[in-house]
Amino acid sequence: MSRPVAIRLVQVCKRYPGADDLAVDHLDLEIPAGEIVALVGPSGCGKTTTLKMINRLIEPTSGTIEIHGRPAGDQPVHELRRGIGYVIQQTGLFPHKTVAGNIATVPRLLGWDKARTRQRVEELVDLVGLDRGLLGRYPGALSGGQQQRVGVARALAADPPILLMDEPYSAVDPIVRARLQDELLDLQRRVQKTIVLVTHDVDEALKLGDRVVILNVGGRLEQAAPPAEILAQPASPFVADFLGEERGLKRLALLRVRDITPGTGPVADVGDAADAARALMAEHRVDWYGVRDGEHLLGWKWGTDLDGTVGADDVQPFRAVVTPDSTLRSALDGIVGSLTNVAVVVDDVGRYRGMLRIDEISEGVRE
Amino acid sequence: MVANGPDSFVWWSWVADHTDDIRARTIEHLQLTGSSVAIGFVIAMAMALVSLRWRRTYAPLAAIAGGLYSIPSLALFGFLVPLTGLGFRTAQIALVSYTLLILLRNIVSGIDGVPAAVIEAADGMGYEPWRRFLAVDLRLATPTIIGGLRVATVTVIGLVTVAALVGSGGYGTFIEDGLSRARGFSTPIVVGGSLSIVMAVAFDIAFALLQRAVTPWARRGAAP
Repeated sequence: MSRPVAIRLVQVCKRYPGADDLAVDHLDLEIPAGEIVALVGPSGCGKTTTLKMINRLIEPTSGTIEIHGRPAGDQPVHELRRGIGYVIQQTGLFPHKTVAGNIATVPRLLGWDKARTRQRVEELVDLVGLDRGLLGRYPGALSGGQQQRVGVARALAADPPILLMDEPYSAVDPIVRARLQDELLDLQRRVQKTIVLVTHDVDEALKLGDRVVILNVGGRLEQAAPPAEILAQPASPFVADFLGEERGLKRLALLRVRDITPGTGPVADVGDAADAARALMAEHRVDWYGVRDGEHLLGWKWGTDLDGTVGADDVQPFRAVVTPDSTLRSALDGIVGSLTNVAVVVDDVGRYRGMLRIDEISEGVRE
Repeated sequence: MVANGPDSFVWWSWVADHTDDIRARTIEHLQLTGSSVAIGFVIAMAMALVSLRWRRTYAPLAAIAGGLYSIPSLALFGFLVPLTGLGFRTAQIALVSYTLLILLRNIVSGIDGVPAAVIEAADGMGYEPWRRFLAVDLRLATPTIIGGLRVATVTVIGLVTVAALVGSGGYGTFIEDGLSRARGFSTPIVVGGSLSIVMAVAFDIAFALLQRAVTPWARRGAAP
């Protein structure tokens, strides 16, 4: 299922006056509607220039940019910009306007009446998770995280289909940044905007982007693909190098437990004969066995304690329990921290679904 | 205790006899100050707009304003009288020229001081250029511009006193009167001098309050 293209760049070049080299070099890019596309690369790769050419804060030297099929240069620049939300690094909030006044900026430019503007402002503070009591405050009285939320609310005020974000989280500390990133993903599930996000942080790009566009110095496109694909098959040594250490672990963070098939594990039912349990341990080459009662896995026991039939008494709980929604990275983390070297997979209501071993994870990742 | 009379530092019955005079000189002083600062502001704003539009013009324009500012006031009055004669107009020309440097610098630095991120955000949200200049640039520069008006006004109030030499009226007339008497008669000098100081302080306070009033966001715990 391919989505319609919201923004299309065709052979776009930018050369700054007085510069010998291109800042953006014959860039072709299609940005599908309703997706988050993260532009990432080292400094001098033209990612911010590319972003600013979309709302014409910077005019391309050559090439065309289409917004919803219409050339960006076709309409007056201020009208184009009022239809594109814009969020920047230091938020750029108006210090002389209250939170409400800041959020109301574009509705006022568009000439909305007061009642409609007011209602929209209240909707937006709720949407981005701000307290309505902050509406009368000035930006200077807010924390960095609150300012960033106001910046997002302001950008979304006139409900533009497109949102441009220029290093939106680089000015806040890592804890706030992680929370704002999660909020953006949550917000995106509700508003379904076309979001173009510029970052120098490859982990942020991999976390937020439905697609990640990696640019090299001089504005050359290295690779544009979904994060898992980029991690699995970097298109060039540059991309592999840029993704940095722990590429495998980063990939595991993008894959879910439901993406791979768990093993059945050395699991015996309560009341099974001891020999059946011993056969399971031999088959799985382990010296412990899991104890299941109906659909629930109760825990595990050492094989040396096996006597008579499998009983439910004195079982030890499994350290690592994951659900189909868990990332493979957290499953792996659980596995290495447990005595049994497995992660137990249970569904949302706690029913046993299987066990993951390290080799099953690495096999699943290779597929 | 010595009775209050012409030899006293301030002879109160002279003051009582001259209340109409004091009122007239006050109006003259205010008119000359107000008109000079207003004309100076218009000229300085025009110079600032040119400087902001064509950055290279700022240094020469500031140099001209600085040159005018550095001329001693007495010398400037003396230079102007042969050209424009005695009176209000001559004083005004000199006073306007003194306001230009302060006002030009404050307007330009106020607008330059608007954070780049705020400008970029305003452009990115679709302000037309003129609308952004009025609603964002000029609005955020307003406290600095008022600061310039404050210094210019207080300076001009003092200079108007000197301008009485060219026959422009104001509190300086009292001082001139006192100095011209053969025998030391200090009352008009004290009255003219102290009223000038009172007016300067009053305007200084008024502008400080205005500066505060136009920057509600700078107050602690700011709420509407």
